[in-house]
Amino acid sequence: MSHALLLDTTRCTGCGACAAACKEQNHLPPEIDERTTAYTWTAVENHGGVNVRKMCMHCLAPTCVSVCPVGAMSKSPSGPVLYDSGKCIGCRYCVQACPFDVPKYQWDRAVPVVAKCIMCAPRLAQGKPTACAAVCPTGATKFGERDALIGEARERIAAEPGRYVDHLYGLDEAGGTSVMLLSGVPFGQLGLRENLPHKPLGQLTWAVLSHVPDIVTLGGSLLYGIYWITKRREYVRRVEGGHGEERS
Amino acid sequence: MSVLELPRPRGIRMTFWRGALGVLVLALLYVTVMRFTRGLGATTNLSDRFPWGVWIGFDILCGVGLAAGAFTLMATVHLFHIKRFEPIVRPTLLTGYLGYLFVCVALMYDLGQPWRIWHAMIYWNEHSVMFEVAWCVMLYTTVLTLEFSHIVFERLRWKTMLGVMHALNTPLVILGVLLSTLHQSSLGTMYLIVPEKLHALWYTPALPLLFYVSAVGAGLGMVIVESYLSGRAFGRELEMDLLEPLGRVMMVVLGIFGVLRLDLLFHAGVLGTIFAPVYESRMFLLEFGVGVVAPIALLAFPAVRRRKGGLVAGALFAVLGFILYRLNVSITGLERASGTHYVPSWMEMTVSVGLVAIGFAAFAVAVRWLPIFPESAESGHGRGSGH
Repeated sequence: MSHALLLDTTRCTGCGACAAACKEQNHLPPEIDERTTAYTWTAVENHGGVNVRKMCMHCLAPTCVSVCPVGAMSKSPSGPVLYDSGKCIGCRYCVQACPFDVPKYQWDRAVPVVAKCIMCAPRLAQGKPTACAAVCPTGATKFGERDALIGEARERIAAEPGRYVDHLYGLDEAGGTSVMLLSGVPFGQLGLRENLPHKPLGQLTWAVLSHVPDIVTLGGSLLYGIYWITKRREYVRRVEGGHGEERS
Repeated sequence: MSVLELPRPRGIRMTFWRGALGVLVLALLYVTVMRFTRGLGATTNLSDRFPWGVWIGFDILCGVGLAAGAFTLMATVHLFHIKRFEPIVRPTLLTGYLGYLFVCVALMYDLGQPWRIWHAMIYWNEHSVMFEVAWCVMLYTTVLTLEFSHIVFERLRWKTMLGVMHALNTPLVILGVLLSTLHQSSLGTMYLIVPEKLHALWYTPALPLLFYVSAVGAGLGMVIVESYLSGRAFGRELEMDLLEPLGRVMMVVLGIFGVLRLDLLFHAGVLGTIFAPVYESRMFLLEFGVGVVAPIALLAFPAVRRRKGGLVAGALFAVLGFILYRLNVSITGLERASGTHYVPSWMEMTVSVGLVAIGFAAFAVAVRWLPIFPESAESGHGRGSGH
């Protein structure tokens, strides 16, 4: 069973209850930043009158998980993308690579770590929905199982085609996400990227990385072969050139 | 003593440079304290929108690339047995080694928690390019240390260790070429993960290949530039009979890079935008003009190439163009998608410039104490690494 969230921007009033609940649940400082930071894991942004909540998208095949050199990021089977601050070396490749600009860094600290929404994994383990979904007064954030939420999103679009653009953001973006969005305006106007491939971004680097063993074995053999041939050629030239016997 | 036979550096200039170095080192110490007590935010212009700046773009990407002369020349002499280049192998190896040490130190500034660098050895993620990069840095720095130790053992006349190093030479050189190939290309692979962020003038699935080819070109350029600089500082004659052919090879490599670059832009459908009046196109033209057009235009003429000034100018253009290419990939090409304009802070610049300066100083010290240049190896027992 994979937990997921459906964010319906047409239902969001921008009350900010989700952001406040998130702060309390995750023991973060109470001040809510305008955009997500290492200390504000979710924030309601207003783009041209539309309220859109930003948070970790909890990708099905997360880019952050693929790029982290020490495996500090992991995708839990139950949905959340988790972060182990004890492993992190602070290279910030996850911050650079995330297509949704989610992981944030503690720039103000001498011993910094990355921080981001963890889909209230401790609450999920207790069988509870995320804090943001539990507190949302309008149903703009709905917690559920991913397939069921996809079905519900499609029903909402079918029932009110004038209210929504015919696209569920996160269904396929970057290989699909556990947090999906509905909107009445194109998603590009909400600060979300519309140019994302529909396959996991990690495949782009793996296509090259998977050839490392080939380079080592074939390259090594080739180089040794060249070494042997040129050395032999030099040896033959020396002997034939009448410079006398030399050790190979 | 072979050391005494080396020409003495000219006094007045060295004093000026020593003074400049002293000021830089003091500034670097201050920034170092700030960096590790106040954090990255207080010392850099990095942010969540722009998490990688000049420490990655210049120190790491250029530091590694400009060290590429070492593996190129080691392969040329020790694997391909083109022995006439032997006299310039050691200064190039020294440049490459110092380049990698520069990268390692710079990485300590950039990593949020550098004291955990060893985590890459025990927590594996073979799907991460950064994991490959980390291992390449560690292993190739080790290889360079071993290759360089040969010179130190020779100076110490430590015959047992020289014998060991002699036996290890070929495997080490092959390992060095493989690790360099992986490392140079993997720095390009790192940016394959951001197709939605990196500008189309720089994003291409062939980034690993472009990074590799451009590093070979720039590495050769660095050999010429470094020979010229040490020639000036130590009153040595430039080995024009060796450097001129290197310049020719560099020109060919730059040509391959340039054609490949334009061909990839054509296939990406953006070749028509290179003259567009936008920031990215101007930066592309600058990079391509300085790094490809200018050096080829200079070195294509044998009369220019065979003159010291012409050859060095061509190499200098190639090196600068290479730096521009790396900075464009890592900074310029990502600015639009990030919604910010990144300019490094003075403290970021101090670290980069200060570490480079220390590298130059280390080069000057090393060539005085170690048999780096051919004339300093005539006493003692010859060039052991040559066989």
